[in-house]
Amino acid sequence: MTQSLRYKSITSINGPLVVVNNVQGVKLNELVEIEVGDEIRVGQVVELQGNIAIIQVLQGTAGISVGQSYVRFTGDTLKIPVSEEVIGRTLNGLGRAIDGGPEVVGEKFDVNGAPINPVMRLPPKDFIQTGISVIDGLMSIIRGQKLPIFSGYGLPHNLIVSQIVSQAKLLKKQESFAVVFSALGISNEEADFFRVELERANILDRTVFILNLQSDSTIERIVAPRVALTVAEYLAFEKDYHVLVVMSDMSNYCEALREVSLARNEIPGRRGYPGYMYSDLATIYERAGIISGKKGSITQMPVLSMPDDDITHPIPDLTGYITEGQIVLSRSLHLSGIYPPVNVLASLSRLMKDGIGKGYTREDHFEIYMRLFSAYAEGLRNKELSSILGEETLTSEERQYVKFAEAFEKRFIHQGVDEERSIDETLDLGLEVLSILK
Amino acid sequence: MKMMREGKIVRVSGFVVVAEGIPLPMMNEVVLVGEAGLIGEINKISGNKVSIQVYEETTGLKCGDKVIALGRLLSAELGPGILSQVYDGLQRPLKEIAEYAGSFVRAGIRARRLDHEKKWHFVPVKEPPSKVYGGEIIGKVMENELIEHRILIPPNIRGSLISLVGEGDYTVVDTVAKVKATAGEIIEVKMAHEWPVKVPRPFAEKLNPDEPLVTGIRVIDFMFPIVKGGTAAIPGPFGSGKTVTLQQISKQTDADVVIYVGCGERGNEMADLLEKYKTLIDLRSGRPLVERSVIIANTSNMPVAARESSIFLGVTIAEYFRDMGYHVALIADSTSRWAEALRELSSRMEELPGEEGFPAYLASRLQGFYSRAGKVRTLSGKIGSLAIMGAVSPPGGDFSEPVTQKTLQTVKVFWGLDSDLAYKRHFPAINWLQSYSLYVENVSVWWELNISERWRILRESMLSVLKEEDELMQIVRLIGSGALSERERAILEIARVIREALLKQNALDFNEAYSDPKKTLAIAEVIDYYREQLLEAISNNVPLEKVLNLNIGKEIEKLKTLPLDKCLEESFKLKEKIVVEISRLPSLVRA
Repeated sequence: MTQSLRYKSITSINGPLVVVNNVQGVKLNELVEIEVGDEIRVGQVVELQGNIAIIQVLQGTAGISVGQSYVRFTGDTLKIPVSEEVIGRTLNGLGRAIDGGPEVVGEKFDVNGAPINPVMRLPPKDFIQTGISVIDGLMSIIRGQKLPIFSGYGLPHNLIVSQIVSQAKLLKKQESFAVVFSALGISNEEADFFRVELERANILDRTVFILNLQSDSTIERIVAPRVALTVAEYLAFEKDYHVLVVMSDMSNYCEALREVSLARNEIPGRRGYPGYMYSDLATIYERAGIISGKKGSITQMPVLSMPDDDITHPIPDLTGYITEGQIVLSRSLHLSGIYPPVNVLASLSRLMKDGIGKGYTREDHFEIYMRLFSAYAEGLRNKELSSILGEETLTSEERQYVKFAEAFEKRFIHQGVDEERSIDETLDLGLEVLSILK
Repeated sequence: MKMMREGKIVRVSGFVVVAEGIPLPMMNEVVLVGEAGLIGEINKISGNKVSIQVYEETTGLKCGDKVIALGRLLSAELGPGILSQVYDGLQRPLKEIAEYAGSFVRAGIRARRLDHEKKWHFVPVKEPPSKVYGGEIIGKVMENELIEHRILIPPNIRGSLISLVGEGDYTVVDTVAKVKATAGEIIEVKMAHEWPVKVPRPFAEKLNPDEPLVTGIRVIDFMFPIVKGGTAAIPGPFGSGKTVTLQQISKQTDADVVIYVGCGERGNEMADLLEKYKTLIDLRSGRPLVERSVIIANTSNMPVAARESSIFLGVTIAEYFRDMGYHVALIADSTSRWAEALRELSSRMEELPGEEGFPAYLASRLQGFYSRAGKVRTLSGKIGSLAIMGAVSPPGGDFSEPVTQKTLQTVKVFWGLDSDLAYKRHFPAINWLQSYSLYVENVSVWWELNISERWRILRESMLSVLKEEDELMQIVRLIGSGALSERERAILEIARVIREALLKQNALDFNEAYSDPKKTLAIAEVIDYYREQLLEAISNNVPLEKVLNLNIGKEIEKLKTLPLDKCLEESFKLKEKIVVEISRLPSLVRA
């Protein structure tokens, strides 16, 4: 855009927000470029008042100066070029190549996407085998679903995610499969860990990395998952890929959202997070699913850390209201050496019932799931009773359930980080553990 | 010719726009905003400035863009062709939009709310010339095999009917009648008419609701009933089964017409509901459910302001069918998302926040919505009703938050969902100690006349057993089950049977999902009979262990999986068995 306007009229800077005066014809959500020395930073117009524009700078405001830095309005929203060549590449949170290779060229798409027309959605149905018994057996992931991992600081969610990504397969014929991994404020080591694991699993050439690391701009984090999903939508709905999108850690995303909101003097909601966080998260999580007439699909696995392991904290709470279930990790199982430490009672896959059983997994899957679940719940209850009242107060039947619960944790839930169990193995193992009862 | 009333944008913040210069703006007036003509509504006027909530994505708007006022309120178009539709919050038909705009809904897309080309077979039921008044039925159209769509004189018109077309095929915009209004002007009446969504439709009088809205869900019908024309709220944390329960009600209820408003919820859930509505068959008519339904789908990622209007649109369509003399059920999932839309709107307009940032008028808005429910005598003298059931999604599952509390101030039935029950996979996870229904009195006569005069006695007996169980469990948690007497342990057994055989219900199982009130009552009778016999045996010093070994509880549980006839038959046999087997047990003679 050569004819676009350039202004030198910044009047105030507050956190990520920059106010520019005397502008004309500026549009809401327009992309803005700010010259800081030789560097060009980008931002978005978030509010307009008469001839004043408020801009949210995505790459930090350090060095921007009042009355000196130039601001250029591009007249267009934030768009990224996407083509199939993006597979195997590493991009930053704004969708630009950072792996030393050439910039991705292709058709440009608005990173904000658009809501899928509800009547065009197809209900998700196909079972995805992760090779992890506790997930496949009790909280199956279905293609087109959004199933988050609720973790806590220090819990092995990265291991679990990399195991899922490495082992995930559809039971029916193999179709083109791609992984879009969006790092949101995680450390360089964590990002490297994923790269190494995906390389080991030999799927690096099917993966797109969108990296916004701890050291990168916080505000860029607001755009990064949208870039990831724009790439995913292109691959799924234009190129027929089945895409698994991993976004880790969504808690960092929410922190960034809070930072911008408070800088804008908005009335804070619970714990200082903006009142619109539910709607905002929905514009990310709802970009999953299957569309009638298209061959591909988007399955989402967001990862988030529950501050203080509190599931009622706004981040897991609002997420749980949007996603179709949750996989909750347990610190106490982790401490007892169980991997993956999944809290079975608190976890749930809402779409499971539509993707298991005859034609998908095995006819007895649902029944085994119900039996395992209720026996484990019973076992835990009795265990709790015995720890309060003493083991001798339990009847022999009650003690059997306690034994079952222990075996269930050690043999069914627990498995190696490289151990891949087919759904048949998982269900047979379930039956075997159930035989402890009686 | 009327002058075009327009102004200019002076401020844009999210989906709220401030414009100035619109001559004589009207509160709640519809405006077209910017070059794309986005639909908006004026919701604040101060001096020559107006605040507008824009119902579509506002990206690309700029200061100086024009705003055109349309001189009318935000309205729904009501007429034949509305059933089986899927609308967004602005009554845009999503199926039509998909046909020409593809898989995604973008800003500025327009489509007719009703099909204006399709012809319907109209049968007049009135003879001109005669006097007519608003709400009177002048004709009918079989909209589908299930529902007769009655054509009404718009409620705000009255006068003398000077002409009415004969039986024949007409579109919704063809003139079917001419009315000479009291003021003298001639009004052309068509099959479709417009009605402002935020204005309740008038009726002749409110009646006392006295007939249950049967849902086939035992814990609701038997324990905490709702009536035709009643209001209920179902709050619960995520994963506790709000949506599953409401969808089950929508599929099984004995209402004539069901309006389902998916307000700020999941896209995949709407897709699932649509598919089920197409394939599932209405129990009474044998027709696909979709024929008696209208779905409003404004998913969580669709524009927030349209969430606000989706609720009003839904209730207006519901009232329209009520006015034809139908029993209508409106389901809103979730009213919390609606309240959040109000909060966001209020915050963008820089209003002073009330509790937790919600606007001070939250309570009155909720009341305004729920008060549109009721059983009425319509303007045409028919009996119609509108029941409203709303999901509430309290943050962190904490019922003390404003939306739950303000809702409970208004509604008469509270189905409180409990995450502990959900963890135990006790579904529907409606907590029997917390929940209540203020309609028990209202529906007593119906139960007496149609099912059994024993309903209230049984209900109270079960509730008191459950309450006692709760007290006993507190003792057990403190000092162990050893501290309980035989009788107390017997109470725990009965409570367990009530929970397993009566309250728990598998929504996924074909035979279990719908429980006819007759079947529900039969199960309750058996349980109560078992209670009597068991307690009597205990008082005769029969050891509890011996009775429990008979495994009667398990047999009662099996009743719920049987179809109605079989269940009635088996419950009769089971009662015989209970008395025979328990009386055979020897009692412990004390030395």
